[in-house]
Amino acid sequence: MELGDGNVNSVKMSKEQRKLIRKQIKACNIVLKHDGISTASHATKHLVVANGGLGNGVSREQLREAMKEMGELETVIMSPHKPYAFVTYRSEQSAQKAHGLLNGHVLRCGDNSVTLYLSFVDSVPCEAEERVSLPEGLALVEDFVSLEEEAALLAAVDWSSTSDDVTAQKALKHRRVKHYGYEFRYDTNNVDKDKPLSVGLPDECVPMLKHCLKDGHIGTMPDQLTVNQYQPGQGIPPHVDTHSAFEDTILSLSLGSKTVMEFRHPDGRVVAVLLPGRSLLVMKGESRYLWSHGITPRKFDMVPACDPQPPAAITPDLGHLGNLTLSKRATRTSFTFRRIRRSPCQCAFPSTCDSQGALSAPAPSPPPSPPSLPRSHGDAARLEEEYVHRVYDAIAPHFSSTRHSPWPRVCHFLSSLEPGDVLADVGCGNGKYLGVNPELVVLGCDRSSALVHICTERGFQAFVSDALSVPMRTASCDACISIAVIHHFSTQERRLAAVRELVRLLKPGGRALIYVWALEQEYNKQRSKYLKDPSKEPSGSPGPTENQSEGSTLPQKTVNSHGDSGVTDDGKHYREVSGLAGQRPDEDQVHSGKLSVHTNRTAFNSQDLLVPWHLKDGKGKAEKGRKGEREAGNFDKMGKRKAGSAVSKDNPLIDEQILPSSGPTSDCKTESTDSKQLGSTRPDFMLAQVTTSKASLDSSLPSSTKDTDDASNSCPGFEVAPSPAPPESVAAAAVFHRYYHVFQQGEIEKVCCQVAGVKVQTSYHDQGNWCVILVKD
Amino acid sequence: MKLLTHNMLTSHVKGVTKGYPLLIKATEVKVNEVEFNSQFVSRMIPKLEWSALVQAAEGLGHLEDLPAELVSDYENNEEFLKKVHKVLLEVEVVEGSLQCPESGREFPISRGVPNMLLNEDEV
Repeated sequence: MELGDGNVNSVKMSKEQRKLIRKQIKACNIVLKHDGISTASHATKHLVVANGGLGNGVSREQLREAMKEMGELETVIMSPHKPYAFVTYRSEQSAQKAHGLLNGHVLRCGDNSVTLYLSFVDSVPCEAEERVSLPEGLALVEDFVSLEEEAALLAAVDWSSTSDDVTAQKALKHRRVKHYGYEFRYDTNNVDKDKPLSVGLPDECVPMLKHCLKDGHIGTMPDQLTVNQYQPGQGIPPHVDTHSAFEDTILSLSLGSKTVMEFRHPDGRVVAVLLPGRSLLVMKGESRYLWSHGITPRKFDMVPACDPQPPAAITPDLGHLGNLTLSKRATRTSFTFRRIRRSPCQCAFPSTCDSQGALSAPAPSPPPSPPSLPRSHGDAARLEEEYVHRVYDAIAPHFSSTRHSPWPRVCHFLSSLEPGDVLADVGCGNGKYLGVNPELVVLGCDRSSALVHICTERGFQAFVSDALSVPMRTASCDACISIAVIHHFSTQERRLAAVRELVRLLKPGGRALIYVWALEQEYNKQRSKYLKDPSKEPSGSPGPTENQSEGSTLPQKTVNSHGDSGVTDDGKHYREVSGLAGQRPDEDQVHSGKLSVHTNRTAFNSQDLLVPWHLKDGKGKAEKGRKGEREAGNFDKMGKRKAGSAVSKDNPLIDEQILPSSGPTSDCKTESTDSKQLGSTRPDFMLAQVTTSKASLDSSLPSSTKDTDDASNSCPGFEVAPSPAPPESVAAAAVFHRYYHVFQQGEIEKVCCQVAGVKVQTSYHDQGNWCVILVKD
Repeated sequence: MKLLTHNMLTSHVKGVTKGYPLLIKATEVKVNEVEFNSQFVSRMIPKLEWSALVQAAEGLGHLEDLPAELVSDYENNEEFLKKVHKVLLEVEVVEGSLQCPESGREFPISRGVPNMLLNEDEV
């Protein structure tokens, strides 16, 4: 720890500076009171250190380092995510000294720095040390292998070859993996029992396996080994090892860096277990069959501190909530030993047992059987119902959370209207244009009632209706906008009808602005922001699969986190259907009759397609964003909480790596928009935390996201959420497909020209969209 | 749903020729204070179907003595504009339904949101 400038300043502080600091402290105290912390006006030996918490990215070591210079420390209490810490000195004198000298002290923590503000408190809160027991059947044996054995085992794995059939080595998106004995196939989540690999378990494993036998952890020798290697930031999504593939006991030996593995019960309980290097984890019974286990991809874990002096017992359940610190991950290699099951599983947990009819977990969400282009009006309506309306209702909160920057040229249109003009936003989504020009009388409508409710929660007037039949008086509007709507209609006839309906609403002289997604994502030698920038894409790294957003709004930048499933969710299975080189896209579809599935952020190879929406990732982000704001809020100089954007700027660490995934989601398609309930019941991440709330399983998001101050807004229309996606349960990886008809140059104008009584005033290309302004005669 | 919105809405059931105004059947109505802007209200008035507004306000018991006929020179009549403001922007139907005067078709209002979706056979 280096002393920051603030410390130097604090010595030389002028009267004015001191006064300022006092004001700031006062402001901090007000905020602390909101957290139920009352500061004392007299000196005590206890201090609360605002901005010195884990939530500020300050580690226990860094804080101790700074605080101990003022005197002998008794305890340092740091709670997960909190932007403050409690420090108790042996003597009141030391506390007084710290109070006098460290106020306004700037603490540098790596790349980020925080300003500490100290106040006396009468006592430090007694954190309820909820001791959580390990899942039934789980045992952790520390120091199971010696350093020498660890080295020998690590040396036995040869990662040098990029891929080999002998050990079925694979580089999965989030880790390296090698199989011995039998290959575990991520496409089926099972093993080919009749096709053993030519190489069995390495001899180096024999001593430790004999040790396991002797200690009674296993009754027979395992015949399958999977070696996983995780770099910092990598993880594995929660999963239950397929029942029909393996016998009961699963051994997992951790080598190298320690990590935290989360166990999740279907009822919502989450138990985080610290796996130190050289420890053996034995999963049996309930912990093997019913609980899922996974590792959140992040670079730091919150682990119990060895404080004040090691070896404070690190119990596997990590029950010391106020006694945590940050642990930086390094390379961890795990050896998972399993025994192939030769007959159906007859465990007592049928809900997770594929032998007893349950779906094998974790299966990736299967891509849909792509529908054909509609041939009739009924077909079209059904296609849109399934591939547009239902999808928006299901993804509404997440979708909304990615839509907060109005597109500049749409705003320009809205600003050009006269005060008092009546505007209809047909297909208003979450209502991001409804409030742009407050001098207008604005009505929004959308097919998705989930989205319309978000609008009304924001105080806008909106109703649910179909764009083909808008229940508004003819000629009642001075202007209409239809932003990224008409491309969801699946026939030419319906697209025309949608334009006709807009025109019907207009008064004579009224104007309509229409945006549709363009086939041409590169226009006038400019690539739209939707397209992936190849120069920023390191070769060989897994490309982000991203949620498309119409044109200029860049979507959630997400990394496909269920890399271990081995099955792509980006539609690779269908590409052969559509991507016949040299043919016009439409011809491909004529041949196959099926819609192609678009690969997010690539050029379109067809005009009619299904665009994947990856629900899970945005969900994690949105949740984290909120949590970041709520829990990791920094105290700024005036003692107020900074907004989320500030947190991410000041503390990228917090925003991206520490705040973990929330509880498992059992059903992603559940539509619930009860944000309050969710906000309070989602399991905050604490080690060994037990959450019994059923609501924590709910996959939904708080319904209204108003964080329009998001840092990404600094670049208009460009919304990027760079957080890596935490793995969640199977269902959380849901991919929805939306139907789109992307327009060719000139096509939208052609459609509009077929509508009587209206002229195309202007047309333009705006960030991958074709846009027209119509004027009614 | 504010009465301003109601004033713009019409029934769009297939075959209906006189679908306006929709009849409000409210089970929950609230009055929210909204900042008064006389210019805004006065600009809105010419866009309204006055009789539909009066009918709707009366139905909800929030007529505020609005006259059946729109007064002239309302631009400078602040007292009048305040009443219009209240009826148009402060009275909200939270739960209930909107009924098509011709077909009798009801459109539910839930949590302030009218659901005007039609069935396939009504389009």
